[in-house]
Amino acid sequence: MAADPDLVLPARRVPAPAAPPRPAGPSRWLGAVVPLLAVALLELSGRLGWVAPNLLPPPSEVLETLWQLARQGLAGHVAASSLRVLAGFAIGGGLAVAIGALVGLSRRAEWLLDPTFQALRAIPSLAWVPLLLLWLGIDEAPKVVLIAIGAFFPVYMGVAAGIRDVDRKLVEVARMGGLSPLSLVRRVLLPAALPSVLTGLRNGLSLAWMFMVAAELIAATQGLGYLLTDGRETARADIVLAAIVLLALLGKFTDTLMQRLERRLLAWRDTFDNRP
Amino acid sequence: MTTPLLDVHLHRKAFGDRLILQNVHLQVHEGEVVTLVGASGCGKSTLLRIVAGLETEHDGDVRLDGRRLSGLTRDVRFIFQEPRLFPWLTVAQNIAFDLGDVGQADDRVADLLDEVGLAGLGKALPKQLSGGQAQRVAIARGLFTQPRVLLLDEPFSAVDAFTRMKLQDLLLRVARAHGITLLMVTHDIDEAVYLSDRVLVLQSDPGTVQAEVPVTLDRPRRRDDDAAPAFTSRVRQALQAAHAF
Repeated sequence: MAADPDLVLPARRVPAPAAPPRPAGPSRWLGAVVPLLAVALLELSGRLGWVAPNLLPPPSEVLETLWQLARQGLAGHVAASSLRVLAGFAIGGGLAVAIGALVGLSRRAEWLLDPTFQALRAIPSLAWVPLLLLWLGIDEAPKVVLIAIGAFFPVYMGVAAGIRDVDRKLVEVARMGGLSPLSLVRRVLLPAALPSVLTGLRNGLSLAWMFMVAAELIAATQGLGYLLTDGRETARADIVLAAIVLLALLGKFTDTLMQRLERRLLAWRDTFDNRP
Repeated sequence: MTTPLLDVHLHRKAFGDRLILQNVHLQVHEGEVVTLVGASGCGKSTLLRIVAGLETEHDGDVRLDGRRLSGLTRDVRFIFQEPRLFPWLTVAQNIAFDLGDVGQADDRVADLLDEVGLAGLGKALPKQLSGGQAQRVAIARGLFTQPRVLLLDEPFSAVDAFTRMKLQDLLLRVARAHGITLLMVTHDIDEAVYLSDRVLVLQSDPGTVQAEVPVTLDRPRRRDDDAAPAFTSRVRQALQAAHAF
């Protein structure tokens, strides 16, 4: 028997699974309105002398500072910070995926480990700094470890909760298919937990950036956090602002990458994403 | 009479202190269509889950072709009230789920899609399907492993009346084509009479088979069969006697 014509809804028939079509809603550029207005206002208030330019330099001056810094090894600072974030995120996120999966899969592991990790999660990030400095000196190690700690918890929570909350009904279907425990994990639990895992990774990455600044503020000779300290010590608000702008841009850039990945991997979701 | 394909002897099934089923004996013969009706909470679904091997803690046994079942088996498949498709897999991957990652290339997938009226939709994702289409995919998945018995737990209760009629006919057609025996739970008396060779009426607290109504209407079944109302009222009387309403 061929497809029942009245059953196949033509409008819903197999659009490409990736890249959901964005209907003609509000433009994506809407997000640029607020920053542009803010920049214009800051520029104006600087030029008109509403605020002291040494405290709040106008955006044009910050841009100029960025340009100068670019010729004095800004790339090195950005690279140093980015590498630390990358290393810390990889270590913290990697461990979190493994331990989170264990806790999500086994109730025994959850009862054994989860209370401890919840307690550790409650420790403010800066509380680790003195300890890490004592243990690991002022080299790269304490910075990367601090970033890894920051990235760990959101990823851990995402993975553990994602696996724990997989729909029992789907697991039942998989059991009827006679799946081994390993293929149950691979073919059902991980895909079903993926939305939560990716949210955790995304949050972990943004926390990694934050912890990177905390780490670099304390002891560093390179990196964006160092620029912040340097700017404060030399009373150069323009340098501080330039570093802040870079942090915002880098954070937004990596977050956009994660968002793309999320869209791509989760194209199967039937969500509210097409809202006006 | 030959040995029944499915032979269920259940002495007791309880959840904690609550006794759900007691002394349930039922037999289903090869090629038969049997439905279970009864009030909500009378244990119909639990009974079906025990037969499927999804519930294993009970006092009693389930035999398939004389062989005692001790859990899940490929010979018995279950179709749930909801389609329960894996949303991240395509229709074809869902149908061939039991075969693993290579399954979707299996020839039978296309045949089954054709059979349930979804030809060409193999690459669609579940989110693109209507409720009726999704349940068709679930039926195709149930058929894929070529089981001998298909258990259905109110499979058509979530679709509209027209889709339900089409799905009922589809079910009878594929069951006959594949030589599959059906044991189905339903709330719909008309559906029970239209589909079944026998309707088993369960009473509650604890659940047990109270009455059996053989339906001797001609096959293939006709929606406007004049003899059908008599069977319908017989089932209704039996339900009343079992205090279902």
